[in-house]
Amino acid sequence: MDLLSNLSLGFGVAITPLNILYAFIGCVIGTMIGVLPGIGPVATIAMLLPVTFALPPVSALIMLAGIYYGAQYGGSTTSILVNLPGEPSTVVTCIDGYQMARQGRAGPALTAAALGSFFAGSVGVLVLAAFALPLTELAFKFGPAEYFSLMVLGLIAAVVLASGSLLKAIAMVVMGLLLGAVGTDVNSGVARFSFNIPELSDGIGFVVIAMGIFGYGEIIGNLEKAEDKREVFTADVHGLFPTGKDFRAMAPAVLRGTVIGSLLGILPGGGALLGAFAAYAIEKKVTTRPDETAFGKGNIRGVASPESANNAGAQTSFIPLLTLGIPPNAVMALMVGAMTIHNIQPGPQVMANNPELFWGLIASMWIGNLMLVVLNLPLIGLWIKLLTAPYRFLFPAIVLFCAIGVYSTNNNVFDIWMVGVFGFVGYVFVKLGCEPAPLLLGFILGPMMEETLRRALLIAGGDWWSAFAMRPLSALLLSSAVLLLAIMLLPAIREKREEAFVEDQ
Amino acid sequence: MVNRYRRMRIKSQKDFFSGLLFIGVGIAFAFGATAYKIGVTDNMGPGYFPLMLGILMVILGIAITFKSLTLETAGGDKIGPWALRPTVYILGANFAFGVLLCGLPGIGLPASGMIVGVYALTILASLAGRVVDFRHVLILATVLAGISYIAFIILLQSQIPVWPAFITG
Repeated sequence: MDLLSNLSLGFGVAITPLNILYAFIGCVIGTMIGVLPGIGPVATIAMLLPVTFALPPVSALIMLAGIYYGAQYGGSTTSILVNLPGEPSTVVTCIDGYQMARQGRAGPALTAAALGSFFAGSVGVLVLAAFALPLTELAFKFGPAEYFSLMVLGLIAAVVLASGSLLKAIAMVVMGLLLGAVGTDVNSGVARFSFNIPELSDGIGFVVIAMGIFGYGEIIGNLEKAEDKREVFTADVHGLFPTGKDFRAMAPAVLRGTVIGSLLGILPGGGALLGAFAAYAIEKKVTTRPDETAFGKGNIRGVASPESANNAGAQTSFIPLLTLGIPPNAVMALMVGAMTIHNIQPGPQVMANNPELFWGLIASMWIGNLMLVVLNLPLIGLWIKLLTAPYRFLFPAIVLFCAIGVYSTNNNVFDIWMVGVFGFVGYVFVKLGCEPAPLLLGFILGPMMEETLRRALLIAGGDWWSAFAMRPLSALLLSSAVLLLAIMLLPAIREKREEAFVEDQ
Repeated sequence: MVNRYRRMRIKSQKDFFSGLLFIGVGIAFAFGATAYKIGVTDNMGPGYFPLMLGILMVILGIAITFKSLTLETAGGDKIGPWALRPTVYILGANFAFGVLLCGLPGIGLPASGMIVGVYALTILASLAGRVVDFRHVLILATVLAGISYIAFIILLQSQIPVWPAFITG
């Protein structure tokens, strides 16, 4: 079978000592930042990107991917033990997980999260492997018009599904697109918006934007709030294993979470976050047996399902990136950047031109998931210790690694000034309630959108209608985008949606 | 603030100023784009895409501002006080690091290198926090200097000036 030979190729790449080491490093760092509140995968991946320049591309991507799904495991630990989500995608885990910890059942909750995540991660990897081939074939049929329409749909869906205020999120996308236009225009060679600064004629580096906005901006935002009082249930973690009754309740919840997470992860704007919320909402609707603990009071299903979903979603959100070259969320946008740095154009050609990278990355995810179970269950004590590390030791270190890291990308001090500027911009966004993730997506997709738009219109002789509406696939994609927007603007749905986002916060 | 804008009745302060920000940035980009060749649809110049987006952004900004004046929100959606201290110290630490790392040739300031920069950055950044214990800060700075040296200089062999220019010559 094709899939099997591909996977064995992948495992051949992933099971080399070097790549196992990088998967391990990625998973450890991911778990660490997942446990530590106040730093997320976007800032971490931006911070570590300069470090990966020196690595072979496969190893670099394996490590960066490990950080993303590792963070999903680590985030659950803090949610359960301290009632503080380490990651947004583990917010719902707090509800029942923390209650279980208070009842002295932290062990079973952590085990449910870890085993559920492992199962879901494995399924997610399989889904990724199975979907890759057909989607890649579809992508090869795409012309510039289809690509442009797909990006429009992707950006619209990303803001609809993943952000609070719709209008502001779209405006942030546009701002990202505009920032992406800074620098030399590939067609005319004109240096746009560069103010005669030679560094700006190369465009703004995405590392600079990600570090500034997601690193510095968030740090300042965090320091504004008082340091949280944390009550850690360290003494209560004994007896990791769930009872037989727990297992019977857990298993179907894990299955449901996995299916929901895998499906929602593929969607633009999906990824880990959306799946976790949907899974918890659906799990609550499934009938509770009379002898079961109520939801919100420490039901193990309320931990198992969202934790499975966020991990499945983290894996399957690689599908649009690896097959179509379209990043569905901010982390994947950074992965696009990482691939570009290593001279790999993300998209359908990755599988054909770099099969060892493609399948190696997929195989490494399964290995990484296995490592994470080992890292998280027996070593839980270590992570609990880390929880007590105060933020005041953490944030100077983040600032430092951003500053040195950004300098080392080009050995140019100009990047340090820029990261400071974007740090300020990031804090302004925090204060104004503008979500920065759509901006990063727009920034990454900007140059590609401009190029495909230009080519599509050139082919069609300058006629917008025949360029986009007369091509069935492009028309379908665009009308889906319009439909999605229209639905969201319906008053009834808008209210529901805003309610849902308020609940999340 | 509140008094001055009372007559406009801002329902969401955050959205009102976001809207203004988007309008401003949109105008700036659209205006800037007119300096380049705009071109026509079947032969787009370098100014075409940014001009279109700039206009779109102004429209979105107007819509957001309009919404902030018409749709009631809970508590007025206030921006709240700006955290001046963290902003100044975090960004200051970053800029100080850049200045110390490479010096400022413009005013004849020589480079002090990474190690000095790490100490300065750690101390300045720590001042952004609420609790500052200088003994801890110095230990942290020393640890971070060590990690940076091992990671960037030994392992990654980055071309970063490590020691002050007057030592290395």
